[in-house]
Amino acid sequence: MSTLTQIREIVVMNLQSIPQRLGASLVVVVGIAGVVGVIVALLSMSQGLGKTLGSTGRADRLVITRGGSDGELSSFLDKASTTLIKQDPAIAHGKDGLPLASGELIVITEVPRFGQKTGANVTLRGVEPAGFTLRPELKIVDGRKFRPGIREIIVGQAASKQFDGLRSGAELRFRGQSWTIVGIFTTGGDAHESELWTDAETAQSAFGRVGVSSVLVSMNNPDAFDSMKARLVADPQLNVDVKTEYDFFSGQSSNLTFVIGILAGFVGLIMGIGAIAGALTTMYSAVSARTQEIGTLRALGFGAMPVIASVMSEALILSFAGGIVGALIAYVAFNGYSVSTLGAGFTQVAFQFSVSPGLVFKGLIIAMFIGFIGGIFPAIRAARMPVTNALRGG
Amino acid sequence: MKYFGLIWAGLFRKKLRAFLTLLALWSAFALLGLLQAVNSLFNGGADFLGANRLITQARTSFTQPLPMRLMTQIESVPGVARVSHSQFFGGKYQEGGSFFPQFAVNPQRLFDTYPEWVMSEDDKRRFVTTKDGAIVGKLLADKYGWKVGDIIPLNSFIWTKEDGSRVWEWKLVGIFDGRDSEWKKRTSLMYLNYGQFDEARNPRARGLAGVFVISMNDPDQAEKISAAVDAKFENSPDETKTQSEQEFQLGFARQLGDIGLIVNLITSAVFLSILFLTGVSMSQAVRERIPELAILKVLGFRDRTVMLLVLAEAFLLCFLGALSGMLSASFLTTRLPPEFPITTDSRVWLTAGICVVLLSLLIGVPPALRALRIKIVDALAGR
Repeated sequence: MSTLTQIREIVVMNLQSIPQRLGASLVVVVGIAGVVGVIVALLSMSQGLGKTLGSTGRADRLVITRGGSDGELSSFLDKASTTLIKQDPAIAHGKDGLPLASGELIVITEVPRFGQKTGANVTLRGVEPAGFTLRPELKIVDGRKFRPGIREIIVGQAASKQFDGLRSGAELRFRGQSWTIVGIFTTGGDAHESELWTDAETAQSAFGRVGVSSVLVSMNNPDAFDSMKARLVADPQLNVDVKTEYDFFSGQSSNLTFVIGILAGFVGLIMGIGAIAGALTTMYSAVSARTQEIGTLRALGFGAMPVIASVMSEALILSFAGGIVGALIAYVAFNGYSVSTLGAGFTQVAFQFSVSPGLVFKGLIIAMFIGFIGGIFPAIRAARMPVTNALRGG
Repeated sequence: MKYFGLIWAGLFRKKLRAFLTLLALWSAFALLGLLQAVNSLFNGGADFLGANRLITQARTSFTQPLPMRLMTQIESVPGVARVSHSQFFGGKYQEGGSFFPQFAVNPQRLFDTYPEWVMSEDDKRRFVTTKDGAIVGKLLADKYGWKVGDIIPLNSFIWTKEDGSRVWEWKLVGIFDGRDSEWKKRTSLMYLNYGQFDEARNPRARGLAGVFVISMNDPDQAEKISAAVDAKFENSPDETKTQSEQEFQLGFARQLGDIGLIVNLITSAVFLSILFLTGVSMSQAVRERIPELAILKVLGFRDRTVMLLVLAEAFLLCFLGALSGMLSASFLTTRLPPEFPITTDSRVWLTAGICVVLLSLLIGVPPALRALRIKIVDALAGR
């Protein structure tokens, strides 16, 4: 028989015998399913966050903040600067002839999570009327928009699902005053959905502020970015940072994604060591259970390669099964699971875990790697067994 | 105890398998130690904090500074011993340097409310009298090699000076340490004299205190006092929320959200896998040794003793694995930079202990029962 035929025969025979060692074989499957499940779940969390922040903002809109501030929260622009920014010639104009620019005020408020007493930081964003024209993706899904000058709020869909008491018609209290929630809005799953929105001037008077935190503008032409940035930064009357809205928000996920990546790598490494130990135990005992069988095969003229192949194929098939099970568990348990955590602006960002095919693939690679390590040493031992000893049962 | 040698020999009968099982247990308990240490951050890890302090913040959010004029009103609440105030400064030291927290405070009031910080009387006096003075914790001073007299420039991302600049220079006038080991670990922060801070900042922001720290005569009065403080400012633009210092600190950790839940999910996933793995290898070990166990019975060992021997072996296995894992975890947590204040404290060790007992029962009882029921004749005949 050629080596290839030998390999085929011995692999098929061995795989058919797996059910006889089911308990021990399951160790590999369960161990690897655990590792893959945990890693895929953790990475799907950072992927979900990246997706939410990465989908926030467009390249043809700019966020202008005070120079050197590291976000909207620590930024402040006074009335004069805001007016000056809005006069830039690169800004698009609406049907009413006014520039498409919205001065926005960020205030942090505390809203409890469901079932908790301690408040979580939630952004209250005061927007000017142009803020709606600027963002055509914003749609009211329940109720109506707030009216300027009255303490009314609309709430992002993600925020209303994460935090207690953010329903249409509910009241919120800030600084001794009552605010009514009049509507729920969606922006297609981006970071603004974790916010509360109200009229900029109402927010200014209620919170005793005179300026805004940032100005959002829409450009005539995305190519005008560089020249507009240069113009605003060079203006001696202004001290501002200019970023495209897309860059502004994407930059915010990098820190947390990094931390989660470290965590996933670390947890995965330690768990992986455990899983490799499990796989090795199983495969060694599978080899020792098959000692006489392997001895017989070798006596019949099967080579070392086919024996290695039979052990490796068992290890890899079991670990593949483990990888699939783990990824499946992560998918069923976590895909679309929504959570919120502290974002870069020191306020909550709600997002959903997202188990993508790419992550599943990554998980399977890890599974196969563990299976390979767990199989190769027992396989070599099996191939090296002296035939006479093996026939006597080791 | 006299059977220890026997149990030990049984455990390491097959060295490779014992080693691999221990390795799996090590990984499970190393993760348990690390993850539960993170978890205890969310569930009251801050219990070293004095129970006799309350924090009063703006109800809307602690990021909204409260005005200074509230202080006298808070001081007049019965049961309040002393009030200090603290404003987060948000300064960056050097380009790309790692971040450490700074708070603008009234020096004398800080010393009164935080007796846990230890500093010489001279340094204290200097901090009180130096308007642009700053004091730093020992860990921080060591990290940057600062000495008293150094000028420390901080670039605040929150506070601008009246002239629009954001670079503030602070004169280092003292280095403080913690009263005990728990507080010594936390000396990675900096206090700034409110004097220069308020005078030099943008006039719009002047007179804002930040949050207030209340020290009480009687900690049992905490609820009454916090209710009384909050009632004073109800329906005003400066509504307050007063809670214990511990609750306030936990609030920060809880902002991170459902991390606690995720951490617990990971821990249980790890444990289920390891439980299964060690269970299988333990029952395999006993199955192979049935004839030997039968011989023990022939020699006069009682059924119960043989069962206990197997159980003890399972326990020893789990114990050794757990010990090595937990030692690695606690070694790792002590090596973490101070930004990650997690420790494998007694709570974590207790959890690990409970897990050892549960795990050894779960993986030990089935093979132990099997050992109990061995019939000598059948076992020796290999049936």
